[in-house]
Amino acid sequence: MVTWVFAEATERGPGEPALEVLSEAASHGEAIAVYLGEASDQALAVLGAYGASTVFKLTGGGDLPAAAAAAALAELVEREAPAAVLFAQTYTSRDVAGRLAARIDRPVISNAVDVAIDDGYAVTSEIFGGTQLVRTAFSGPGPHLVLVRPKSFSAEERGGTVNRVEEYPLPDAGHAGSPQVVDTTVEQAEGPQLGSAKVIISGGRGLGSAEAYSLIEDVAEPLGAATGATRAIVDAGWVPYAKQVGQTGKTVKPEVYIACGVSGAMQHLVGMKDSKRIVAINKDPEAPIFSVADLGVIGDVHNVLPRLAEELRGRD
Amino acid sequence: MQVLVCVKQIPDPASPSLLDPDTNRLVRPPEQVLDDTDRYGIEVGLQLAEQTDGAVTLLSMGPTGTMQGVRQALAMGADKAVLVDDPALEDSDALTTAKVLAAAARREGFDVLVTGVESTDGYSGVVPQMAAELLGVPALTFARRVEMDGPDLRIERQTASGFDVVLSPLPAVLSVTAGAVEPRYPTFRGIMAARNKPVDTLTAADLSVTSDPGQRIVSVAPAPERQAGEVVEDGGTGHLRIVEFLESARII
Ligand SMILES: Cc1cc2nc3c(=O)[nH]c(=O)nc-3n(C[C@H](O)[C@H](O)[C@H](O)COP(=O)(O)OP(=O)(O)OC[C@H]3O[C@@H](n4cnc5c(N)ncnc54)[C@H](O)[C@@H]3O)c2cc1C
Repeated sequence: MVTWVFAEATERGPGEPALEVLSEAASHGEAIAVYLGEASDQALAVLGAYGASTVFKLTGGGDLPAAAAAAALAELVEREAPAAVLFAQTYTSRDVAGRLAARIDRPVISNAVDVAIDDGYAVTSEIFGGTQLVRTAFSGPGPHLVLVRPKSFSAEERGGTVNRVEEYPLPDAGHAGSPQVVDTTVEQAEGPQLGSAKVIISGGRGLGSAEAYSLIEDVAEPLGAATGATRAIVDAGWVPYAKQVGQTGKTVKPEVYIACGVSGAMQHLVGMKDSKRIVAINKDPEAPIFSVADLGVIGDVHNVLPRLAEELRGRD
Repeated sequence: MQVLVCVKQIPDPASPSLLDPDTNRLVRPPEQVLDDTDRYGIEVGLQLAEQTDGAVTLLSMGPTGTMQGVRQALAMGADKAVLVDDPALEDSDALTTAKVLAAAARREGFDVLVTGVESTDGYSGVVPQMAAELLGVPALTFARRVEMDGPDLRIERQTASGFDVVLSPLPAVLSVTAGAVEPRYPTFRGIMAARNKPVDTLTAADLSVTSDPGQRIVSVAPAPERQAGEVVEDGGTGHLRIVEFLESARII
């Protein structure tokens, strides 16, 4: 069984969500990586370590390469006939997967939280805010296309090396490939990242104002925690979107997730309910967040957070 | 400029969602509402049309029902609607949906086809990209800001760490995030006018699309539930309880 995994280059080499999917694929048979972007020796070493036996390097293709990458993938899957192509559900991968599906006229199943590689790639996904699990099987011919939500698998180094690299120049996608990136802005500051921090502390509308987000930062600092947010406060412009946790933001799985002034809407829970432990601070005893919290504190964030920050600082 | 905006009628998210136990399909009552996330696409579409002396046509696939959701979208100011309603499309997956929308878009003609990033009920999140591929045009996805720049579209595209400014020629597909704009509320005049706006209804055959999902639901089961733990009143000592909790989790 040969499974292909699509991976995009980031500033730090292959993206973590793709490595999660790659190591899962490699634990069930041969895994081949299709890598979009600058493939340094170091990037190839990482792909090998996480289980890729072969790497197809897609090179060239301009600023927004999804259309060209989908065209290249369509040619490659036609030639090599893999059983499946798995994608991590990130922005560019979503664009590539959608375009590829339309191009080769095969379905793509998104929002996978599990893929039964040994059982025809049947996909488990969550609906209704993660309260129900749906298992979907592919009924037509391959390649089966799946978009996997980040953090569904853990990225594990397997200690392998890549033994074949094939470079595949991206074709000219014509009008579809004509958009240009004229500027790039990084909003997510340095420091602990939502994807990897052991502790995440998130704020919601209960903070009351953009300024009050500093209460979150003051607790995060002594804990070395990453800071997150609900969509309500991202849309309100209090914090950048890069901090958003949930269905349309990031999926996180820290050791401890601390939700402050967060109601616990379905679309927020989807992104954090698989955290190992959850703490919630909310002044409404009926807030849905309490039904998933291991520890709930009924109280005002403006009282609890400053005291918590002070207590933690005192311990440093 | 000809602006098309894809909108979806969905069961009211405030009432509990139900699956038909025999077909595993989402139960869709006749009274469906406009997917809230579509309001952002409609607003962007209206603004683009206003800036260019253009018109906005809504495209919607799914059971028409009482058409409440489409009327809500027309009331915001769209000029007309094209509905694709066909029992043969009941099992449509994302790709079939994209084929229908792309075929309808080709039939209408367009400079920009605007969509939300993903629907609230199904959220496959790939329909805009698929439609773009079928139409052979750029997909300007995850736009958090949109404006015309001469003949081009200039958008801010969300990325994992921030955003890119992207410049694209038209025609193009544009998917906008919630929060990209502040959607306008329908005025009373808008609501009255919506009743008389043209609404065309098409079938799958009109668009030469057949539905072949290539996937089937095998089972639906409740997810393992997280148990609620201890809940305490703050009473001035809540922070100490949190510190204890962090200690027991060996975080501090
Ligand atoms: C398609 C779609 C996708 C979405 N995606 C996401 C997503 O990715 N992420 C996301 O987060 N949301 C998402 N949402 C939005 C989601 O439905 C909720 O609207 C949002 O999560 C609510 O944010 P909130 O908890 O900050 O605000 P609210 O729901 O307004 O909750 C505020 C909470 O703060 C409490 N509170 C108020 N004052 C205080 C105080 N002084 N001290 C303590 N507590 C206080 C209140 O009791 C309340 O529980 C999505 C919605 C849709 C339709």
